[in-house]
Amino acid sequence: MTTVPSPTDVDPAGAPSAPEGGARRAHVDDGDAAGLGRWRATGFVAPAMLVIAIFLVFPAVWTLYLGLTNWRLTGLAAAEPEFVGTENYTDALSDPAFRNSLMLTLVFVFFSAIIGQSVLGFALAWTARRLRPAVRSVLETVVLLAWIIPASVVAFLWLALLDRREGTLNALLGTDGTAWLLEYPMQSIIVFNIWNGTAFSMLLFSSALASVPPSQFETARMAGAGTFATLRDVVLPNIRGHILTNTLLITLWTFNVFAPYLITAGGPQGRTEILGVYIYRVALRDGSLGQGAALSLIMIIINLIVASVYLRLLRERRS
Amino acid sequence: MRINTGLGGTAGLLAAALVLAACGSDDDGGGTAGGDPLQNADATEVTLTITDNSIVGGKNSEGATWITDYVIPEFIAMQEEKGVDVTIEFEENGVDDEDYKTKIALDLQSGAGGDIISIDGIWTGEFAEAGYIAPLSDVAGDAVEEWDGWDQIPEAVQQSMTFDDQAYGIPVGTDGRVIYFNKELFAQAGLPEDWQPTSWDEILEAARALKQIEGVTPLQINAGVPMGEATTMQGFLPLLVGTGEEIWADDTWTGATEGVTQVLDFYAQVYGEEQLGDPLLQQEAQGRDTSFQLFASGQLGMLIEGDYLWRSVINPDGGIAPMTNRDQVVGWAKIPAREPGAGINGQDFVSMSGGTGRVINPNTEFPQQAWELLTFMNSPEAFEALIAGGGARITPRDDVNAQALAGDPLMSFIAEEVLPITAYRPALAIYPQVSVALQNATAAVAAGTPPEEAADAYQSELEGIVGDDGSIAD
Repeated sequence: MTTVPSPTDVDPAGAPSAPEGGARRAHVDDGDAAGLGRWRATGFVAPAMLVIAIFLVFPAVWTLYLGLTNWRLTGLAAAEPEFVGTENYTDALSDPAFRNSLMLTLVFVFFSAIIGQSVLGFALAWTARRLRPAVRSVLETVVLLAWIIPASVVAFLWLALLDRREGTLNALLGTDGTAWLLEYPMQSIIVFNIWNGTAFSMLLFSSALASVPPSQFETARMAGAGTFATLRDVVLPNIRGHILTNTLLITLWTFNVFAPYLITAGGPQGRTEILGVYIYRVALRDGSLGQGAALSLIMIIINLIVASVYLRLLRERRS
Repeated sequence: MRINTGLGGTAGLLAAALVLAACGSDDDGGGTAGGDPLQNADATEVTLTITDNSIVGGKNSEGATWITDYVIPEFIAMQEEKGVDVTIEFEENGVDDEDYKTKIALDLQSGAGGDIISIDGIWTGEFAEAGYIAPLSDVAGDAVEEWDGWDQIPEAVQQSMTFDDQAYGIPVGTDGRVIYFNKELFAQAGLPEDWQPTSWDEILEAARALKQIEGVTPLQINAGVPMGEATTMQGFLPLLVGTGEEIWADDTWTGATEGVTQVLDFYAQVYGEEQLGDPLLQQEAQGRDTSFQLFASGQLGMLIEGDYLWRSVINPDGGIAPMTNRDQVVGWAKIPAREPGAGINGQDFVSMSGGTGRVINPNTEFPQQAWELLTFMNSPEAFEALIAGGGARITPRDDVNAQALAGDPLMSFIAEEVLPITAYRPALAIYPQVSVALQNATAAVAAGTPPEEAADAYQSELEGIVGDDGSIAD
């Protein structure tokens, strides 16, 4: 970024970063390796900046603005939204439904992503190493399928599986009449999400394990290390970076996931109303678009916090 | 850092400019809505789109078939004679009403959407206030006043598409609610075939008798949020008018009144310890469809529903849960007041009615042609074709109803016995929010919350919606 000249810097002769005076020509001092000069470089960057401004900065600012109004999907407040200041934010923070939703989201992320997908993904990758290539590719294909099939199709399959009256699961277990989605709603969507998203962790850990030098495995084996010791002393130090990356990505994805809506619609009684679903309900089903915008911004901020914590961890590890 | 700040500043300015531009265009959109009724009146090439929550082979299939096979080809042929080349697109939907509403509200907000759109009458107020729809005479001009069809539509039915004394659309019909029951199950439980309860207690007694039959759910009274307006319209409100109260009366919303608590208490009796109804069903995301299927397969004894159930759900010919022996097995009864004489206006029996209708999108490019199509869809010939193709329904037109309903026992029962005692929802923009509050209250009771507690929660939710300016009775 530091090599990009500022488009707002109107002083072309300024040469702001010339520590060695006139000893070299100005564009070399700027780090202008391509020799474009400030204005041409600006020209090249401008389209990208424009796209970012239109599709990233503008929606964010727009959301911020909407969050300060009582804008609704229908009714008077749709035609003439009024400015309500921070009311939407204070309402959200004092609303038990929002806190409930946030809590559910944390539980959902912890169990389905951090525990479920990571651990299962690693276990699959670890086991797959020793399988014959044919078996291994069958396993990988099956896991990948769960990831690739469109969410609406997957949701239908899961509804058929968990249905109370004619569900496959009840037929298999002989638990006729158990309404899984109503009696164990949170558990159901957690298992669903693990099933749905494990492929990514599996792929990532597969390549991570491939990067562990075989000589280290060999040494561990010669030293008589068991599986646990090998994992702890050989594998873990080598793939720590991958674990962090994987956790960051699946945390953010799971935090924002909406697919459980297709299965439980946030019910029963809001017991699976994770943040994405809650915002959808408030903004579009209840029609409070302003409130929804405020909630979205809160969600973005939580995302940013999570991301920056991970990035800091990653940086500390490197240095 | 200096560089970054510079970029941020530029982006910020740009964003601000875009925000302003967007605001400007919003206002423009509002200004042109329902602009020139005579726009493109003489066009020879016309494209119109009909948007409806119906789909061939799915929801309201007979209506979708009628549009595809009758309305579109007939109208095109009519216009061809005048030398106008019309193309009509039909935007089918087959989703829950709430999802459909969200979709068309977003369409209209962004200035898009079909030229003729079906809406539930109860959305008229909020859509009108939002500027999404406009009075018909603003959109299509003088032709609206001159239409001869208005004389055929009773005032009460017209009311469903009216807001602030202005007609925003033409009603498609009205409906009425009854208790449907399965005569075979009733016979097994020793109940009469011509059952007609006169109080809530008699409904519960019948339910207790049905409870003795293995594998049968005696009674579903719609409750909970997943069923949306069906909960309010087929559950809460018919019961509430049976206590002598209405949800909105004398410019006042009804809070945690005695009547509201009595209704919630009835829910508690149905879904509580005795399990006369299945509370889990009310929480399922697709619970209403499931209740239809259970009723069609003879596993559900009683169900309060509108004539929609009869003509579009259990209709052996094209229903979504067809019941081949419908005409022999399904009985119906008027919904009783809590006890004789306890209903609104001192009535013994009560019902609620609503109605859907069609509006013209104020952003249409061809207002005159859209109006022509709309009146064609509401002509006697068109309704006759609809009835011929999909069984009887209560049309908005008296001239059509007089002969069309004669062949169908349930439809004529509703027209003759139910419509005279029915009640309507308030045509107010915030009604849908109040409705959600009622759904929440019933959901809580079905899940085991004591009625008084649920009533209190409803009261405070209502205060949040209406504002505590004293317009709530409790």
